[in-house]
Amino acid sequence: MDYLGIIQILDSSLRLATPLLLACLAGLFSERAGIFDIGLEGKMLASAFMSAAVASFTGDVWLGLLAGIAASLVLALIHGVASITFRGNQLISGVAINFLASGLTVVIGEAWFSLGGRTPQLEGPARFQEITLPFANAIRDVPYLGPIYADLLSGHSILVYVALALVPLSWWVLFRTRFGLRLRAVGENPAAVDTAGVSVVGLRYAAVMICGVLCGVAGAYLATALSAGFVKEMSAGRGFIALAALIFAKWRPWYALGATLLFGLLEALGNRFQSLDLFGIPIPTQFMQALPYILTVVILAGFVGKAIPPRAGGEPYVKER
Amino acid sequence: MDETLAIELRGISKAFGPVQANKDISIQVKRGSIHGIIGENGAGKSTLMSILYGFYKADSGEVFIGGRKTEIPDSQAAIDAGIGMVFQHFKLVENFTVLENIILGAEDGALLKPSLAKARDLLKKLAADYEMDVDPDAIIEDLGVGQQQRVEILKALYREADILILDEPTGVLTPAEADHLFRILKGLRDEGKTIVLITHKLREIMEITDTVSVMRRGEMTATVKTADTSPEELAELMVGRKVLLRVDKTPAKPGEVVLHVENLRVIDDQKVERLRGIDLEIRAGEVLGIAGVSGNGQSELLEVLGGYARGTGTIRVNGIPIDLTGNASDARTRRARGIAHVPEDRQREGLIMDFAAWENVAFGYHDDPKFAPGLLMDHKAMRADCEGKMERFDVRPPDPTLAAKNFSGGNQQKIVLAREIERNPDLLLIGQPTRGVDIGAIEFIHQQIIALRDQGKAILLVSVELDEIMALSDRIAVMFDGRIMGERLPSETDQRELGLMMAGMTGKDAA
Repeated sequence: MDYLGIIQILDSSLRLATPLLLACLAGLFSERAGIFDIGLEGKMLASAFMSAAVASFTGDVWLGLLAGIAASLVLALIHGVASITFRGNQLISGVAINFLASGLTVVIGEAWFSLGGRTPQLEGPARFQEITLPFANAIRDVPYLGPIYADLLSGHSILVYVALALVPLSWWVLFRTRFGLRLRAVGENPAAVDTAGVSVVGLRYAAVMICGVLCGVAGAYLATALSAGFVKEMSAGRGFIALAALIFAKWRPWYALGATLLFGLLEALGNRFQSLDLFGIPIPTQFMQALPYILTVVILAGFVGKAIPPRAGGEPYVKER
Repeated sequence: MDETLAIELRGISKAFGPVQANKDISIQVKRGSIHGIIGENGAGKSTLMSILYGFYKADSGEVFIGGRKTEIPDSQAAIDAGIGMVFQHFKLVENFTVLENIILGAEDGALLKPSLAKARDLLKKLAADYEMDVDPDAIIEDLGVGQQQRVEILKALYREADILILDEPTGVLTPAEADHLFRILKGLRDEGKTIVLITHKLREIMEITDTVSVMRRGEMTATVKTADTSPEELAELMVGRKVLLRVDKTPAKPGEVVLHVENLRVIDDQKVERLRGIDLEIRAGEVLGIAGVSGNGQSELLEVLGGYARGTGTIRVNGIPIDLTGNASDARTRRARGIAHVPEDRQREGLIMDFAAWENVAFGYHDDPKFAPGLLMDHKAMRADCEGKMERFDVRPPDPTLAAKNFSGGNQQKIVLAREIERNPDLLLIGQPTRGVDIGAIEFIHQQIIALRDQGKAILLVSVELDEIMALSDRIAVMFDGRIMGERLPSETDQRELGLMMAGMTGKDAA
């Protein structure tokens, strides 16, 4: 494989890692505040559908993005009410959200568009376009560095750059601001936050809402940037892969970037090498495409070091004497 | 408006369902004093203070802080009114640094950096003023409990609290740490701060408070000047009847050797030698008390004798050797040999907190033909057995179906004791029998231990409470760093000598 081939695979990795990264950061905010969220998948799916539908109606991808975020926020709010206000089981609430999104997107899609649950193909301003970074064409021919800039870094949709910028931003918010300190504290020991005179409920809702916004962006990216329209079940387990990446990343933003890029790379490799001969043994396509899911299982089985989740994670907060 | 009063409560009542936790409580706490609130577990002390700290809303009554009527709907309001609280179970974020814990909720702005710098300076000043040295960058979980408690106090002072409430602060401290805490509290009082100390330990009340209020079953039964009262009077006010603070017992009549231990060694998972060659003997009809600061091998001694840790050396019970490799002998075979064990940590090792009392009473003996005649267990028999034990051991409430976690500490301990003692063992291992147990129950538990001794049983008592060791033991062995430093008769020693031996000085040096 030549140098440009490698650049192409990395470029594709970045594209494919973006929704994972957004969802992973979404989960990071929620879980750092002590709310487990296996409903990332459902929120992404709902957002993917709603953004594609609204973009298709209005022809404006930005309105689509807002609609996608709104849809994701509604589901996030349901999760918040169930698990924070009513202290319900967070896993069950998350499962319910996944089912809800999976069913509703198809039913509503069929009612609105009669295309078997799809939305119409999005074109032009109804999709996020690729952005060419300044001077990209001018320095494309510089050996080695040129392609890295022009082909790998340039030529993505705005959401890819947003996702990348969110990594340092999340780190800064979590570890350098008052909000971040309180958010992390509420995931470790909500009683400490409560007795310090800060609202546990308020903080957890804030975290769940941030999670909703980020999942919304991730879903909109799937339907209006990575693809051109919504297809049934298009999130394809990415919400769960993002959760695995979150554990792999030990609930840290920079590690989350690394973990999701790795998953992106595996997915890109699977797409690129549909059939591969390794030392004369043919590797089936299905195996290549299953790589990210295999890695997920390996990570969840705990083969990758010890990951300590936030200590109050998954437990509703009840005041006690 | 009386400005000499830091806190005044008028007619506070609070009910949880049918339980009246606080009944029409009125109390006045003078500014610049240390005010003790004493009462048995469940007397309503913690509820009252939780109302003051905005955790609960009182059903009726008024709160005055510094002479001004104050509403305290939440903890923030309490902090604003100048109240700081140190809970019995610390409210710290364990993997945060000391500084982060101190500023949490009291940050100066949206960014952490300036707040952290300010807290670091103030911490230095406070450490100098009150000898409260804590490394600001240490992670909480790496600190000992004494240090963690200091962080809690510093947290309150950082919020400029004038009134400091401490809930059972010495429960987790060593005697030396408790003394240090008392010095800090006296220093704070002399600065003009008001301290409210909630405890059930009479000695602390007598040692440090200026005034003391006694609570019993949700009511305030008396408020007296500490100088004008005595431990006996306070105990009577707390329990509502005369209480024997001293244990009445006749001299021991030792019989045959029941437990013989020779050169017992235990190496833990981290390859640290926890027991370095223990030799001891207990005869029928005597209590051997093991004194020592916790963490010097007493827990390991109980664990290996009880059958859930491995060791090397020789242990003989009634002359028959016991396998220590863990291959042929576990807790079950120990029980069959006549060893009963009341573990140190009753909530983790003695009970399953979510299980009902009757299930807990059967644990370890659940395959007894009485309980399990065939394949199935006879729940009716187990429940009836539990009812009998609860009556004989005065467990309150005597309800076998109640989960273990819903009993007070003293009643939990009585459940474990009933299970172990009524098996009629030859040897009873008992660790920290009265930790977290209120005074009325302490009296009962001590009487049970002595009664068992008088039936001719051998008893190994491990306790960090020197008073308890002195009161119950017929012989006292002091442990330090996995060794026995020496043995004394209670009549021929005192707390000072034992204290020196607990600190590692040999019997000879100490004498």
